[in-house]
This record gives sequence, structure tokens and C-alpha cells, in this order.
Amino acid sequence: MTAALSPRVRRLRDLATRLTTPLLPDDYLTLINPLWSARELRGRIVSVTPEAEDAATLVVEPGWGWDFPHAAGQYIGIGVAIDGRFVWRSYSLTTPPSRDGKRLVITVRAMPDGFASQHLVSGVAPGTVVRLAPPAGEFVLPDPLPSKVLFLTAGSGITPVMAMLRSLDRRPDGGEDVVLVHSAPDADRTLFADELDLLARRHPTWRIVQRHTRDRASGATGDELVGHLRIPAGLDEVVPDWRGRQTWACGPAEMLDDAERAFADAGLADALHLERFAASFSGSAEGGTITFARSGRTVETDGATTVLQAGEQAGIPMPFGCRMGICHTCVAPLSSGAVRDLRDGTESRVADTDQSTRTVQTCVTAASGDCTVDL
Amino acid sequence: MAISDIKEFAHLTEADVEALGEEFDQIRRDVEATRGAADEEYIRSIIKTQRRIEIAGRTALFGSVVPPLWMAGAALLGVAKILENMEIGHNVMHGQWDWMNDPEIHSATWEWDNVCPAEQWKHSHNYLHHTYTNVLGKDKDVGYEILRVTSDQKWNPVNLGQPVFNTLLMLLFQHGVAIHDLDIEGLLRRDIQDPEEFKAKLEQVGRKMRKQMGKDYILFPLLTGPQFITTLTANMAANLIRNVWSYAIIFCGHFPDGAEVFTEDQLENETQGEWYLRQLLGSANFTGNRLMHVMSGSLGYQIEHHLFPDLPSNRYPEIAERVKEICAKYDLPYNIGPFPKQFWKSIRRIWRLALPNKKFAAEQQAHESEGLTREHATSTPAAEADARRATQETPVAA
Repeated sequence: MTAALSPRVRRLRDLATRLTTPLLPDDYLTLINPLWSARELRGRIVSVTPEAEDAATLVVEPGWGWDFPHAAGQYIGIGVAIDGRFVWRSYSLTTPPSRDGKRLVITVRAMPDGFASQHLVSGVAPGTVVRLAPPAGEFVLPDPLPSKVLFLTAGSGITPVMAMLRSLDRRPDGGEDVVLVHSAPDADRTLFADELDLLARRHPTWRIVQRHTRDRASGATGDELVGHLRIPAGLDEVVPDWRGRQTWACGPAEMLDDAERAFADAGLADALHLERFAASFSGSAEGGTITFARSGRTVETDGATTVLQAGEQAGIPMPFGCRMGICHTCVAPLSSGAVRDLRDGTESRVADTDQSTRTVQTCVTAASGDCTVDL
Repeated sequence: MAISDIKEFAHLTEADVEALGEEFDQIRRDVEATRGAADEEYIRSIIKTQRRIEIAGRTALFGSVVPPLWMAGAALLGVAKILENMEIGHNVMHGQWDWMNDPEIHSATWEWDNVCPAEQWKHSHNYLHHTYTNVLGKDKDVGYEILRVTSDQKWNPVNLGQPVFNTLLMLLFQHGVAIHDLDIEGLLRRDIQDPEEFKAKLEQVGRKMRKQMGKDYILFPLLTGPQFITTLTANMAANLIRNVWSYAIIFCGHFPDGAEVFTEDQLENETQGEWYLRQLLGSANFTGNRLMHVMSGSLGYQIEHHLFPDLPSNRYPEIAERVKEICAKYDLPYNIGPFPKQFWKSIRRIWRLALPNKKFAAEQQAHESEGLTREHATSTPAAEADARRATQETPVAA
């Protein structure tokens, strides 16, 4: 987990570790400052600022070992202890990387039944130490920027796009042809409403459309509301040239499904970039019998069932976190056999002659033949 | 012969044992449902305290040439090692804190401050000892393959040396623990079951030993410069303190009189209720204040620990109250006594069993075949229920 260290620092660290074995120097240094450890990535909440729509912007100061450049549009994992238990969620970073890399900014919306998000919005005090997972996600802008760009967002789906807009804003104005269509219930519940107005004024070549779905539709005779943006029909009205744009979309699942269908129908699947907040499993495994050694249970699995799912179906209390391969909470020792990472198809194998085990992320791996997990 | 049918030994019916198991299950569910921030606070504060004590001890030894600092340093370091090995390491490796979802305090990742590799410990202790507790031929903790701790183990002239072996084990306890997962019995018979595995495990032990010894006996003494020798001896003293203390605590767990041993027959088709009963009858507690229990890794609650090895140790006192109630209800013994008394009973047994001691063997066999003495031979809950049904049915029949 530690970032690249200079050879001298590394030598010093190795020497110190000989003194602190079996622990790391970090384990003692955290007694002075909780951020002085690279054993697990961690950060300290610097501030929690309320935003519109039950949301809050959290500024996090990362601890040792955080040396990850991130691209606007990527998300990080954040683990927060709720009643003694670390709970993990992923949130988009809403600012482009700061120059010193010392501040991470996320905007979290409290979901009505979201235990963790509500806690982050209203339950964490500045100074709270949280766990972090490195930036991830393919939802980023290419360099150079395509000549015509469309952002299609709804609700808190604006957060990764906000990071993109802010990073574009920071560059010298190149007269980019950018359109944002953002839907929110009403003006009060629009995240970043003022900043979006400001950006629109500052960049004459940007067009920012804020739609309020609960407002009375213009020209409506009755109680007809603006409603959700219908794709493609509604989109044709707002952005007639959408077919000629590279599009980044983030929002509720139905919106993304509609967009996917519309772009596919238009033969433009490649022009649409989605953020779905889930691991995309492109690899596949062979499947096999998973033996859970400590629980003494065995489960037959196919190649699409993760080790985590298999264990849960068998009633084993499996540790889990983000369920998308970022937080490493679910890791378990593999003592024999092999599993395959469903994201990229890499295999982790423990040969019968090995005395040691290796830890695997159960939430993104599936059995590759028969294997034994020590849970 | 050791106990081969635990129900018969305890004079309980199958229904009783099942009901008993259900009551223990309920305790587990209740504790699991209430684990939370207070428990997290407990383990974090113990870990913090332990690390501070360790730093204080190591710091004091930078003046180890001064006798009071030598003593303070050795004592503090000894206490730090005891806390780390017992209340923290042993319990974390049992998975007592895995529910926190914190990879830094997790059974899969914890490595403890003694020469035994965590991975081997989890196999020999968590798996073999806690699953096959006190089953002759299965649980290597019944005498640790070198001591005769029950007359069910055949006497051999080698056993005459027991008081000596026992003392050596006490002084070198961490090294005894380190080789515990190796096939020592096979080695003694010159017939190791799996030589490849033996070699690999031995190498793993060697690596851990080099690191541990390098730290305590070379690097820290070197850091204190001209006080090399005094720091070295203080570190040896600290390890010795930990060895003797952990040995004493651990020997109180299963060797005092009244802790029963079992044959492999008992394992056949053993139900969950019988498993609980075996843990209960095979373990012994000792009394003490809160500090005593923390310093002994909560193993004064050996019975509770064996019933629920993976529940957080700070909850054992409340669990103990409920276990005692269950024991009273089913008329089962709850083996508890002051620490010095329990320790004396264990040592006396080891000395006695150095000799063939036919009288002792006869006593034990009689006890094992007669079973538990009961105050009210038929007053188990199931028997009572039967009796109630019988009396209720009579008037109807009349």
C-alpha cells in the first residue's frame, strides 16, 4: 500500500521495522498522530459542510501512503466506523486533484435508507479518522477533450461531473463546446446550483441546463410537471445535436438504462460513457467447489458467483465492505486451489506444496476449480 | 478410561443436552447482536495502553545500567508482552474482533510478539485444541505431547522426568508454543508423518525466531550502546516474566482436577449441545478482579472462552453469569477457584502422574465410569417436564 519511497527512507523504514517487528513503526507513530500510518490508507475529516438536498461536502486529509493521482470523475472508497464496525461506501471526488494532493473532497447525499450516507452527512465530526481506498473508475475525460461534449446528470449524479467541470474551469478557456443537462427535483434540492450558474456565466461556450422535475411545465394548463428527462424524445428537444457529442452520463439506474438504449439504437454506443458505481465484471472464472475450512461447509459454484456470494448463501458470516473490490475489507486467506478476479481475469493460486496462504478479495473473485478459503 | 459418552457421564437425556445447546446458542446470539462502539473502544484502548507500556519499558532500558531502571524496564516490557500475547494477540487471532471489519485488528492479519508464527498457532490452537478440546489423541494440548496429565495416558518411565520437563516448559514457554504445531510426537518416535510439511513449518518458525531474537537480544541492546549487556538481560527477564506467567495461566485452563478428558468415541456424531457440554466439563476458571482477568487474557473465563472462543473477551464476565445459571439449572459443575488453588491442583497432578500412581488412576477411572455426582439425581429439566406430564395425565385417565 505504501507509495514509492526514496531508497534512503526505505532503508530507514526497514531498519525501524526490525525494531518494531512483528508490528510496523507506523503502529507506534499513530499514538502521536493517527495519520502517521501507511498500514491501511486513512484520512482525517477536516470539515463537513452542508449542501442542498440533505447532502454535505466532506474534506478529507489523507494520511501516509496516499500518493495517488486522481482524474476528475473518479471515486474513492471511504470506510467509516459506525457503532464499532467499519462500513464502506464509494463517493466521487468532486474536485480535481489539488496541487499538493493533500485534500480530498467528496459530496455525499444522505439516502433515506442509507445508514452510512446519513452518518457521513450528519454524524461525523471533524477530526474523525476514516479509512480510504485509492481512486478508481473509468469515468474520466480523455485528453485532448472531444470537440463536442454532453454531460447528462440527475440528482447526486452531478458529483463526478462537477469534478470534470471544475477541472475544465481551471484550464485556460479554450472555447470548449460543453453542454450539461442536469435534473433535480427543484431549485432548493439542486446540488451546486449557484456554482453551476457561475460557471455558465464565466464560459460563454458552455451551455448549462438545470431542469427541475417537480416544477410546473411551461405552457402546461393543468398540474403537468416537467418530469424526468425522457431519452431520446426529451433529449432531442433540449440538445438536438446530442448524436454528434461524446456523452458522459451519471444518475439513477433507469436514466442510464434509457441512455444506453437510445445511444445503442442510434448506433452510438461508443459515444456514451457511464458511471454506475459497481464493479464491472468482464472476466469469467471456471467455477468449482469452494470449501470454507473454518465453517466446515462446501458450496458448488458457477464461474459468475463470487466467493463472497457463495459464502453468504451458505450462511457463513463473511466479512464484506464495498463489494466492488476497492476496500479490501472482505479479504480472506486462500489456503488451496485457485480463484479468478472477475474484473480482469487474473488468477490467484496456492499450490498444494505451498505452506503459506494468500489473501484474496472475496467480493470480486470466483472459484477457478476447487479451492479452500479459510473462513 | 476417559469419557466416551458425555450424556451418560453427565446423567442428561438427549432432550436435556439439546435444550442446553439451545440456551448457549441464545447467549451467542444476544452478545453478537449487541457488539458495538463500547466493545471497539475496549480493544482499541487495550492496544493503545499496551503499546505505551512497551515504549515506556524500552525507553527505561536506555538507562538499563541503573538497577531501578533495569527493573522498571524489564517489568514494563514483561507486562507489555503479556498483554500483547494474551488479551490482544490470542483473542484477536480467535477472530473476537473480526466483526469490526478492521483489517488492522483482524484474525487474518494479526502477528503476535512471540516466536510462534501466527499461522501455525491458529492451526494448532484455534483449530485442533478448540475443536477437539480434551480429546485424547486429537488435542495436542492434553500434555503438549511431553507431559502425562491424565491417568488415561499410559505411564512410561520417561514420565519420571516430568517435574523437570514441566519446569523447562515453563521457562521456555514461548519456544514450546512455537514448535507446538510441529509433529513432535512423530519426531520422538522417529516417524514424522509429513517430513516436507515438518521442514516448511520449522523454517517458518526459524524465520520468526530470528526476527524476535534479533529485536530483543541484538538490536535493542545495541541501541543502548555500552549498556548492551544490561539491556540484553532485562529483555531476557521480560521474556521470562511473560513465559512463566502465560504458562501458569494456561495450565489452569484444563489441568486442574475436575477438568475431564474424553475418548475419540465421544466425537462420533457429536451434537452441538454435546460439544458445548464437552467444552464446559473440560475447562476450568479462576476468580480474580478485572486487572487480573485482563492480564490473563480473560482466560480466568476459560469455560466461557471455550464455549464462545470468538466472542469479544470483554463480554466474558456477563456471559459467565448466564453460564453459571445454566449450570445450576442442569445441575452441572462449574469448575472455579482462586488462581493459586487452581494452579496448585494442576502442578500436583503433573507431579503425581510422573509415577504410575495406581491409586490415583483407580480414583479417576471410578469417577469417569460413575459420572457426575448429582445433588438431585432426576431433577434435570427434561425429567421434571416428564414428571409434570405424568402427574397431569393421571387425573384425566382416572
